[in-house]
Amino acid sequence: MDRPISPHLTIYKPQVTSVMSVLHRASGLVSIAALLWISLLFIAAPYGEQRFEAVAGIVFSWPGKVLLAFLALSLFYHLCNGIRHLAWDTARGLTMPAIRSSAVWVLAAAVVLTLLVLIV
Amino acid sequence: MDYRSPLSRARGLGSAGQGVHHWRMQRFSAVALVPLTLWFAFSLASLDGNGYTAFAEWLSRPWVPALASLFFAAAYYHAALGIQVVIEDYVSRESTRVALILFANLVLLLLAVSTIVSILVTALQGSNA
Repeated sequence: MDRPISPHLTIYKPQVTSVMSVLHRASGLVSIAALLWISLLFIAAPYGEQRFEAVAGIVFSWPGKVLLAFLALSLFYHLCNGIRHLAWDTARGLTMPAIRSSAVWVLAAAVVLTLLVLIV
Repeated sequence: MDYRSPLSRARGLGSAGQGVHHWRMQRFSAVALVPLTLWFAFSLASLDGNGYTAFAEWLSRPWVPALASLFFAAAYYHAALGIQVVIEDYVSRESTRVALILFANLVLLLLAVSTIVSILVTALQGSNA
């Protein structure tokens, strides 16, 4: 059967609500990649210092750090927007003005958390 | 008393009684992950670049192996629930969809167990050294 399947996003004009929603799913997928990437570090540790340093050398290399910064931004976006979703699940903050302002808060908090994690 | 199997009830268009389980577990793991992720990310970031010794020392501190294992368990569980929804949304052929979800679950379970066992091994090695 060639029924149209959901979700088909391209026919809609981008809006705050839909873009934040698409980003939530995308950042969730990127966060899975981040989880696997960081797991390598922990899985390498029992192999001893040499093998661990080889993996850590890649993960914390200069390009590795750029990647980590991007992964952190994506993770913190997903975390902050996830809190927004949890609030919606309790039927709070569902008016259009609240949805727009919480979107701004989520983006700001994600950027601030990323900057903080980069400087600690 | 209902002697029908959950599947038979669902096929008869009744509820299998499990529809809310995935949704609920996704929220529970999300709530747990808010503090766990913040703790984990900032702990790991403050170790960055200090090498194996600092990493192993950190993992052998009290509570760190427990919290790190809880973080990975919740994160991999949340990942498995999330990727399932994405696969269900985009893969319309049932056999491919079921196979992909099974494959994703197996890979994530393997990595979750490997990571948590590695944490315990490193923690014990570190405390013996």
